[in-house]
Amino acid sequence: MEELDGEPAVTVIPGVNSKKNQMCFDWGPGEMLVCETSFSKKEKSEMVPSCPFIYIIRKDVDVYSQILRKLFNESHGIFLGLQRIDEELTGKSRKSQLVRVSKNYRSVIRACMEEMHQVAIAAKDPASGRQFSSQVSILSAMELIWNLCEILFIEVAPAGHLLLHLLDWVRLHVCEVDSLSADVLGSENPSNHGSFWNLPGNTQTLTELELKWQHWHEECERYLQDSTFATNPHLESLLKIMLGDEAALLEQKELLSNWYHFLVTRLLYSNPTVKPIDLHYYAQSSLDLFLGGESSPEPLDNILLAAFEFDIHQVIKECSIALSNWWFVAHLTDLLDHCKLLQSHNLYFGSNMREFLLLEYASGLFAHPSLWQLGVDYFDYCPKLGRVSLELHIERIPLNTEQKALKVLRICEQRQMTEQVRSICKILAMKAVRNNRLGSALSWSIRAKDAAFATLVSDRFLRDYCERGCFSDLDLIDNLGPAMMLSDRLTFLGKYREFHHMYGEKRFADAASLLLSLMTSRIAPRSFWMTLLTDALPLLEQKQVIFSAEQTYELMQCLEDLTSRRPVRGESDIQQLQDEDIETTKVEMLRLALARNLARAIIREGSLEGS
Amino acid sequence: MEEIYAKFVSQKISKTRWRPLPPGSLQTAETFATGSWDNEENYVSLWSIGDFGNLDSDGGFEGDHQLLCDIRHHGDVMDLQFFDQERIVTASSTGCVTVFLHHPNNQTLSVNQQWTTAHYHAGPGSPSYSSAPCTGVVCNNPEIVTVGEDGRINLFRADHKEAVRTIDNADSSTLHSVTFLRTPEILTVNSIGQLKIWDFRQQGNEPSQILSLTGDRVPLHCVDRHPNQQHVVATGGQDGMLSIWDVRQGTMPVSLLKAHEAEMWEVHFHPSNPDHLFTCSEDGSLWHWDASTDVPEKSSLFHQGGRSSTFLSHSISNQANVHQSVISSWLSTDPAKDRIEITSLLPSRSLSVNSLDVLGPCLVCGTDAEAIYVTRHLFS
Repeated sequence: MEELDGEPAVTVIPGVNSKKNQMCFDWGPGEMLVCETSFSKKEKSEMVPSCPFIYIIRKDVDVYSQILRKLFNESHGIFLGLQRIDEELTGKSRKSQLVRVSKNYRSVIRACMEEMHQVAIAAKDPASGRQFSSQVSILSAMELIWNLCEILFIEVAPAGHLLLHLLDWVRLHVCEVDSLSADVLGSENPSNHGSFWNLPGNTQTLTELELKWQHWHEECERYLQDSTFATNPHLESLLKIMLGDEAALLEQKELLSNWYHFLVTRLLYSNPTVKPIDLHYYAQSSLDLFLGGESSPEPLDNILLAAFEFDIHQVIKECSIALSNWWFVAHLTDLLDHCKLLQSHNLYFGSNMREFLLLEYASGLFAHPSLWQLGVDYFDYCPKLGRVSLELHIERIPLNTEQKALKVLRICEQRQMTEQVRSICKILAMKAVRNNRLGSALSWSIRAKDAAFATLVSDRFLRDYCERGCFSDLDLIDNLGPAMMLSDRLTFLGKYREFHHMYGEKRFADAASLLLSLMTSRIAPRSFWMTLLTDALPLLEQKQVIFSAEQTYELMQCLEDLTSRRPVRGESDIQQLQDEDIETTKVEMLRLALARNLARAIIREGSLEGS
Repeated sequence: MEEIYAKFVSQKISKTRWRPLPPGSLQTAETFATGSWDNEENYVSLWSIGDFGNLDSDGGFEGDHQLLCDIRHHGDVMDLQFFDQERIVTASSTGCVTVFLHHPNNQTLSVNQQWTTAHYHAGPGSPSYSSAPCTGVVCNNPEIVTVGEDGRINLFRADHKEAVRTIDNADSSTLHSVTFLRTPEILTVNSIGQLKIWDFRQQGNEPSQILSLTGDRVPLHCVDRHPNQQHVVATGGQDGMLSIWDVRQGTMPVSLLKAHEAEMWEVHFHPSNPDHLFTCSEDGSLWHWDASTDVPEKSSLFHQGGRSSTFLSHSISNQANVHQSVISSWLSTDPAKDRIEITSLLPSRSLSVNSLDVLGPCLVCGTDAEAIYVTRHLFS
């Protein structure tokens, strides 16, 4: 690990006396939990900590800013559009698309900046006004850096056009901050500009431009040496400026708000056809000259210098340290990666820089109660660790309504995350069962194709029936449809209701054979057989013979099966004795009814028809 | 469909509804309400798209919507309806039903009435009290009907403290949405794919009619009744399927139309042009279904400009359908006679479109990408 470039910031926890007591903490995905312990720094430990609260510490407060949320949402759309750009596109059309994406990102930053500026002005108390203003300057710095990266890395402006772009860059950022026309030096001599700097599409080649400029430069030098303007010191210093004399430029330091303004002005007058690779010489010396040894460079200056040196990795690294939120570096790196500018720079744990930054950003989004939906799409485009990160995060989203659960499930199903679907549905089904919403529980188990849970729900229904003698939620059971096939128990439930229907419609023969098949096919749970046999009683007692001899034998077989397996009880109390009494009575009644039915059935089958 | 305006509002929008116009008014819709969800603090907000007279700083679009006022809402806003010109009823994920009152003179919203335990799993008397989200609300001045995840139906009357009628355990699964059929009758849809009709004149706790799809019991999420023909009902399901039902006949839908790729969250008949239907879905799209049968303009695909449209069937019919306008074009199941033109209204696919509403030529919708889209020129 490298050394930190600065001291870490100290955050004071209100209410906790950190001099007296020690604190304990635990890391979460994006936050930290802190509370006071009862361990004192002195030997004697107090029994009760004085501060009863647990604190949640968030590093990334930007996620909670109302205005920055718009940045996250709009850039999410741009990010997705970028990923979907056809990979087949190469050359000029691809470059122009990438430049357009970059400009979109920048316009979103500017819109955010503008809105925050309005809020800062309208702020009622000075503290929040200052906070908003500092946010505005951070956003402004971000746009400045992004714009430079766009010019140098994405647009890849060649010599000649490069300075034009840099001029625009400086003009845009210097002019917006101070309303004075401080770019007097930048836009001097518009007539000269007009003749040399035609807009793109001019037919002059670089060499032609250079020759012309050389000629003009020599003319200026001649004027200086002839002391043509010696009488007028202003004109003379103007001439020196036009020759790119650094000392003369530095004399006008107040009008140049910063060193990169100085740099561009200097280049304009001393080397307008500068090549990109030569930029960093001028950049470094401009910075040194401008600061003049009085102050040290700020983080922003270092970032810009790194950009001029075409050291992309350094730019990203410095930005990561300077900014509190991963948004900027994640999106910029992703865009540069699409320009094929990042070598696979392997980090300590194997994934590349783009993926690392996107994962960090998306994880930060998941820590927010609302923005997690954006994070999903970012994980999708991280080929190595995205899917597994998503699987871990999505299971931990709190689900307080069914509608939210449905959205989460849809996300999982679209990505074939069957394990997560199953686990979420199981949680929801369990909650439903606990709340006695058996229909909901069934609908969740159908969605997860969870046969085991469907069996559980069916058992609940059957148990309720045994206890109460009637079904609850008939609207559900009577209308199961093909869902019945999900589990054997569920099928049994549906068929059993069908039996009831048939009985109600007096289709006794069908009802009888259905009942029998339920028992012989073994889909009826053993605990329910007694009930089924008891249901058979009225059919056996009917005037006409319903069960054939064959069927009666099978019924008897089932009864014997049932009674033979019953465990013999030893000591039993009154209740159990009573239950046993009832059981024995039932069994005897059944045996009697079966025997009588058998007799009648044999006689009927043995006789000729009509006799 | 060029003039659709989007605005990012820093909250995920769960419901959008136009404020109803005074009867007999010639104005177009001007104000709409939105509810947010999934935030630590949710809000019910009122927005205006009216002209302000003076343009704002960036030259002001005619259609750009501005926030009028908002108020904090406890829990997610699961459903939202205008009770009348000034009052808004919301259903909350905490099981509470609230009536908000808008004060136009100082542009504020306040809580007018609240039923805090409208929906619950275990009742307020029991030790393990747990609330259940209220999923749907529908108003017909002075009555308010609500349904929830607890399978309960409540009938409230404004200014009555207690519910006028409650049907406990009306459904063993979650009730997702409710609408009025004729005044004493309501229709609910649930998560096992059933439509149930309830008649409040009857005393029992049983529905008077149950309709369902055969085949898979796909949960139904939304329902809307045809504005003129009270027996025609459209529902949207979890698989994105749009079904049209005739509740007088049979227990099965009249037509099933494969629509979206994910849950359909809302379906709306256009209140004054009921041949037009609008649906929005989790898959991020909003569709305009046009079943009107004035044929000649529609015979050519090339006049559609930049819209993406698909036709459901291919034949052209004209004279035979003179009396088609009397029978609803939605009920006609003959694909040879009927054509439905489908247009996608949003410029690009985004996160889920949770809600939409139409009034006159205006449409508003809200998405999970924290954006509200408004257009004032639906039928251009």
